[in-house]
Amino acid sequence: MPYANFCLICRGTACESSKADVLYDEIKQYVAANNLSEQVQVLRTGCFGFCEQGPIVKVLPDEAFYVQVKPEDAEELVTEHLLKGRPVERLIYREPGVHALGNIDQISFYQKQFRIALRNCGFIDPENIEEYIAREGYVALERVLFEISPDDVLKELETSGLRGRGGGGYPTWRKWKHTKEAVADQKYVVMNADEGDPGAYMDRSLLEGDPHSVLEAMAIAGYTTGADTGFVYVRAEYPLAIKRLRTAIAQAEEYGVLGDNILGSGFSFTIEIRLGAGAFVCGEETALLLSIQGERGTPVQRPPYPAVKGLWGKPTVINNVETFASIPVILTKGGAWFAKVGTETSKGTKVFALTGKVRNTGLIEVPMGITLRDVVYSIGGGIPGDKKFKAVQSGGPSGGMISSENLDTEIDYETLTALGSMMGSGGLIVMDEDDSMVDVARFYLDFTVEESCGKCVPCRVGGRQILHLLQKIADGKGTTEDIDRIEEIGKTMKASSLCGLGKTAASPALSAIRYFRQEFIDAIPADAKEDAV
Amino acid sequence: MAQEKMTLDELRKLRDEKKHAVAVRDSAGKTVDITVGMGTSGIASGAKETLQALVAELEKHKLTNVAVRQSGGLGLEHAEPTMEVRMPDMPPVIYGRVTPDVVRRIVNHHIIGRELVDEHIYDRPAADILYAGDHPIVDGE
Repeated sequence: MPYANFCLICRGTACESSKADVLYDEIKQYVAANNLSEQVQVLRTGCFGFCEQGPIVKVLPDEAFYVQVKPEDAEELVTEHLLKGRPVERLIYREPGVHALGNIDQISFYQKQFRIALRNCGFIDPENIEEYIAREGYVALERVLFEISPDDVLKELETSGLRGRGGGGYPTWRKWKHTKEAVADQKYVVMNADEGDPGAYMDRSLLEGDPHSVLEAMAIAGYTTGADTGFVYVRAEYPLAIKRLRTAIAQAEEYGVLGDNILGSGFSFTIEIRLGAGAFVCGEETALLLSIQGERGTPVQRPPYPAVKGLWGKPTVINNVETFASIPVILTKGGAWFAKVGTETSKGTKVFALTGKVRNTGLIEVPMGITLRDVVYSIGGGIPGDKKFKAVQSGGPSGGMISSENLDTEIDYETLTALGSMMGSGGLIVMDEDDSMVDVARFYLDFTVEESCGKCVPCRVGGRQILHLLQKIADGKGTTEDIDRIEEIGKTMKASSLCGLGKTAASPALSAIRYFRQEFIDAIPADAKEDAV
Repeated sequence: MAQEKMTLDELRKLRDEKKHAVAVRDSAGKTVDITVGMGTSGIASGAKETLQALVAELEKHKLTNVAVRQSGGLGLEHAEPTMEVRMPDMPPVIYGRVTPDVVRRIVNHHIIGRELVDEHIYDRPAADILYAGDHPIVDGE
């Protein structure tokens, strides 16, 4: 005889420390005492990601979601809900507009995540176009081709407030507008999937989990700006993403949503894949475009921007994977819908790769304006071994450290820049008390020195000098003057490098010094401290 | 999948037909639907071995009513490999840390025995923005 109810008790570490294990025993005991063992299965589950409200109990199939359940609540929960079928109202989670009973999707609103770009990831089969179509797939393209004008598309994107998710944060509608207004015999659309930050895998997961959403958006960009050809620039180290993209392009052409005369509209758009060999600098847009042309991937001076003079000198829209993935939703649900999420200057959601010293690592998508505390402690479930939080590294080799005093800062493009970091593409690496900031700074500088293309002096020479000084400090041979010198070189690189790589290469070191200066000083031998007090 | 290029009307018709099937995971003639997370990180954590063990176990029990599908990563990288099981009269469940041994327990206990497998249940990381109904963040007043 199958069970009538399943009673799920969170066994995340945070819940366990608030007596979830005692609660589990109590519930089991009352289930047995009420002769319910045949009807109710009591189970322990992984972290629900809502630790501040724990311990959490979920009853299925009723989909009741209980929070802050104490061992002494066990009897009432069992006799009322499981025996008599009357949910215990006082323990049910509530927030304005949501009563956490009866709708599994409603109750998952307690989670801090909000998945727009990742809406289909982990849900559909990425190698079957019909599954994408079934979930509002290619509806936005339909609208664009048959119902609204290119100007309407721009207006919708402007209303949405969508900004580039590759890190820069330039308004997407404005980029598209420049290309649309440029007069040329040929225009292009390019997707930047040259993801290279250590620890970041947003683009890879999106391409592997939902390739059609970005293809649809590229076709929309083509129609809006007057381009008939698109290129996906993806790194060769992502074989599965490439395979699924290829399958998706072939299926889309077969079904007539890409290729010649799409859905009989008269508009044609083809997409080709170009594989990058893994140079980090090729994520910089001008270098990327040269690489597509078959040339050496080194940045060139901007302006002119690619939107006006890009691939083979033609106007080119170039956007990041996540930016494209958000666009079909904006055009089906409306720009105003999207703009309801986020902060004043940064609308919508952002995908982050949450890694490092955190319990629940994974790819997350959260509303702009969420605090780091929510990310690390609610979604991430806190730090393993109950170690002390030290910092989050955001923005990869171009970003910086965010320390514990800024855990409650609302994350958006502007606040992260003000903290000396940046949104970047979305890597978030959590560090605990055991991590040395000198080592972390050295790791990133080692990376950028390796990846610098060498074209401009500030980046080529400055990066190497900073790395050398960091190594010296790490070896216990530094002086306080070395710390000042790192800052001086870093500022020069920022002001005078040719491209984003060099401009931001010193950021990990500069922000580590800004927030953890004492740690650098501590690494300096006593006799070398000039201003020893 | 021989498919003629579609017109707009045909695309809309196909979407309507498939919408229900995807929402309830109702593949033709199959009553149990299993989705294995097969992104790069899932595969690195052993999703291929999990999938092989699943297919072998289903064959062993001659379970022909089970549709096995793949998806990309679900966002639960800390609990990979992941597997979602949907079947009539059972709540939809996402399992994590699904080793071949856990797969055999899922087939024997969940699919055949109709009970959940303890210590491996995880939560979907977020509500479905497409069909979940009103969301407090964007659909409130």
